[in-house]
Amino acid sequence: MTFKAKTLFKAGIASLLLSTAAIAQDDTIKVGVLHSLSGTMAISETTLKDVMLMLIDEQNKKGGINGKMLEAVVVDPASDWPLFAEKARELIEANGVDVVFGCWTSVSRKSVLPVFEELNSILFYPVQYEGEESQKNVFYTGAAPNQQAIPAVDYLMAEEGVERWVLAGTDYVYPRTTNKILEAYLIGKGVAPEDIMINYTPFGHSDWQTIVSDIKTFGSAGKKTAVVSTINGDANVPFYKELGNQGVSAEDIPVVAFSVGEEELAGLDTTPLVGHLAAWNYFMSVDTPENAEFIEKWQTFIGSEERVTNDPMEAHYIGFNMWVKAVEAAGTTDADAVIDALPGIEVPNLTGGTSIMLPNHHITKPVLVGEIQDDGQFDVVWETDGLVEGDAWSDFLPESAVLTSDWVELKCGNYNTETKTCGGASN
Amino acid sequence: MLFLRACLLALLLPMFAAPASAQTQDFDALVTSLPEGSYSARGAVVGAIALTGDPRAEAILTALLDGALGVIETTGQVVILAPAPADALAGTPLTDAEATSAERIRVNNGLRRDIRAALGILTLSDPDPAKRLAAADAAFRAPDAAQYELLDAAFQREENPAVKSRLAEARAVAILDGDFPDAEKREAIDVIADRGDADAQRILTPFAASEDPDIAEAAAAALASIEQSRMLWGQAQNIWYGLSLGSVLLLAAIGLAITFGVMGVINMAHGELVMLGAYTTYAVQETIRQNAPGLFDWSLLIAAPLAFLVAGAVGVAIERGIVRHLYGRALETLLATWGVSLILQQSVRSIFGPNNREVGNPSWMSGSFDVGQMTVTWNRLWILIFALAVFAVLLFVMKRTAVGLQMRAVTQNRPMAASMGIRTNWVDALTFGLGAGIAGLAGVALSQIDNVSPNLGQSYIVDSFMVVVFGGAGNIWGTLAGAFSLGIVNKFLEPYAGAVLAKIIVLVAIILFIQKRPRGLFAVKGRAVEG
Repeated sequence: MTFKAKTLFKAGIASLLLSTAAIAQDDTIKVGVLHSLSGTMAISETTLKDVMLMLIDEQNKKGGINGKMLEAVVVDPASDWPLFAEKARELIEANGVDVVFGCWTSVSRKSVLPVFEELNSILFYPVQYEGEESQKNVFYTGAAPNQQAIPAVDYLMAEEGVERWVLAGTDYVYPRTTNKILEAYLIGKGVAPEDIMINYTPFGHSDWQTIVSDIKTFGSAGKKTAVVSTINGDANVPFYKELGNQGVSAEDIPVVAFSVGEEELAGLDTTPLVGHLAAWNYFMSVDTPENAEFIEKWQTFIGSEERVTNDPMEAHYIGFNMWVKAVEAAGTTDADAVIDALPGIEVPNLTGGTSIMLPNHHITKPVLVGEIQDDGQFDVVWETDGLVEGDAWSDFLPESAVLTSDWVELKCGNYNTETKTCGGASN
Repeated sequence: MLFLRACLLALLLPMFAAPASAQTQDFDALVTSLPEGSYSARGAVVGAIALTGDPRAEAILTALLDGALGVIETTGQVVILAPAPADALAGTPLTDAEATSAERIRVNNGLRRDIRAALGILTLSDPDPAKRLAAADAAFRAPDAAQYELLDAAFQREENPAVKSRLAEARAVAILDGDFPDAEKREAIDVIADRGDADAQRILTPFAASEDPDIAEAAAAALASIEQSRMLWGQAQNIWYGLSLGSVLLLAAIGLAITFGVMGVINMAHGELVMLGAYTTYAVQETIRQNAPGLFDWSLLIAAPLAFLVAGAVGVAIERGIVRHLYGRALETLLATWGVSLILQQSVRSIFGPNNREVGNPSWMSGSFDVGQMTVTWNRLWILIFALAVFAVLLFVMKRTAVGLQMRAVTQNRPMAASMGIRTNWVDALTFGLGAGIAGLAGVALSQIDNVSPNLGQSYIVDSFMVVVFGGAGNIWGTLAGAFSLGIVNKFLEPYAGAVLAKIIVLVAIILFIQKRPRGLFAVKGRAVEG
């Protein structure tokens, strides 16, 4: 009872603050953009900031939402994880934004979670991540592991007959959790533990000689071998260069990557990479009218025919349209009303389907496996039959298999189906 | 031969969607159907094309493999796009409009394997030995018992020794793949075991668990000897990797050995000077791409002096503008140069954008060659040579030229040097500029193996200081020894401890070492120490 009263009180204060801020600021709806524009992550996140500006600009051309214009508030958390929390607080408290689109790395997301919970605001997170999380104030428009990693491994097992696996990743929370899930999944599928090699490298690792040579040795045990790569950021470029130089071709040992998209390939001579794979929920090469329109708008907005589109950009496109629809439906930008309105909202995605916001704050997405072509684009070689529902808690880890997330019926992000209790306040 | 073709066709037919039998399908129809259907269906078409034995097949399949086969959507005409655009079937040249309207036919991994196998069938009797070698290679990589007779026939008539031995191996894997008498299999195992490399290990491993004790024993014995030689080669490989990592560390640190080691300036912007060198390389390559593509292989040689000048000029500007006002105040120098590093990073980000820039490898820096069972990549080898050359030149400048003498004199005893008529201000600027210029040279080399992004420098600054401190500040030879020993230790630890832990262990070891020998490996002795 007291708990409920407290939340209500908090929400009341928050909405009061928000509404006063909104009145003070000329009656526009403020949209926060929390992406690094400097530091290591700038390479990936700057594009997402630009996409948000484009989407907001476009919505304003259509007359805004409910008669109010949108106004973007851009801050630069400079790839500095604690600064993300500070900047999030600044956006919500000082600038009075109604929603924030932002973050890339999981560690930056973890850093802002308490802020969004405390100030009861909304965050749209556009990047594929490790799952094992569902928070009331966060909407995950990127892929959960069952929407990227698991189907990709299925493809390699079924189509390429892979029996031996190298799980290579950068040393932080996303690769470690994803690899834990994948290892459990593979062992469940009957892969022997000695047929799995796990390897971690630091951020920005550039000397891949030893690891590539280890992969070659591991691959010479008489079984078809593949590398599942959760290597993040620019460490990928020297990794693929070394693969090419040491003569590891995709026909011998294919590499399927979860963090390499069109944007990463733009800084790379792709000839030695042809045939290596990536699993995403969107590729720029997907041939649909929606996608063609999106690409044209993007290239006009950014003023260059050279610029590519990628998966997290599509996630922002979906997330932003979902938020617009929810605000229209709720008739207000009040956080609680919008959070309640979001589950069940349907918007078209760019691959020809319709994505739905699920009660666990994840969305439905198709899963595509593409091969790198020599023009830096991906050619889709396999896709799931329909859309896959994002699963917040992996079924392949014993500790999370019993958990489920439902913010509509159960009002809980980590409901334990065995003990029939909600596990805790958040996460 | 005929029997084999029939067999292959029987295999292909179910996959092949057309109702009519493949034999009656003429070559043209097969080629025209290449752009359509799933990858596996097209793989079957590729196989059927090879079996027709048509003289045009090889050129068409090679073009498909290279991504140079296209289709004109409106007419369905299949065309070869490179080198000279022409109709694939008739061989008539295309007009420019036709050539630009053609869409490339896409290929995937599986299809590429099919094409290579098909090309192998076609080129086993090619007059060019290089092509026969490639065909034997393709057969070796995709073992197929059905190809045994073809391979055997090719093996019997082959006269070129290199091709013959490769064919023998290809024939052996075909034997191991199929249902052949045990004696032949034993022989095949011996042939493969003679290779003694990773491929042999991959092929033989399953036979060590064979039900036939003879075969299992032969395979196990072969594997044991392969394992042993691979262990030895593994050590050699580790030393090579260590030298190569050491050369990168040396390049990154050698400029710092001048500015920090000789002058005593803690230059936090050192990494950014390296980055400027890398961006200079990028700018040179872009100019060459646009104006003189033929010079591309020379781009690094052109970029090197320019990078030296650009980074050197920035270095002189930093020295004249900031550092000279702060001599003797280490902490302030550190903060000021760190600020400079941020300014340089952000200006590069504003000019070139935050994204990585593509710097290509010239052809002489791509690929690798084998020494025994060791793979040596050309780019690493050239970087090692380059690092040693830069080191030698620097050593010469410092020890054998008048400028070098003045530099050493000024840093060791400024008042004395000044009273001998040396313009110490200019020597300071020159020394700093030299260190910065060498950092620029390092950038040219690092652009070949790392990302060219505004953050390039950050990842090397800590390593550089580590090398200089470990080697002994003020001693250029110490930097050389420090770089190579850190590189080799790191690479020997990496297979056991993993890349992350190896780095930590090395760092801790250096800290302990510095406790014992505060002046590093090769401490400068005598009165110069106080200077």
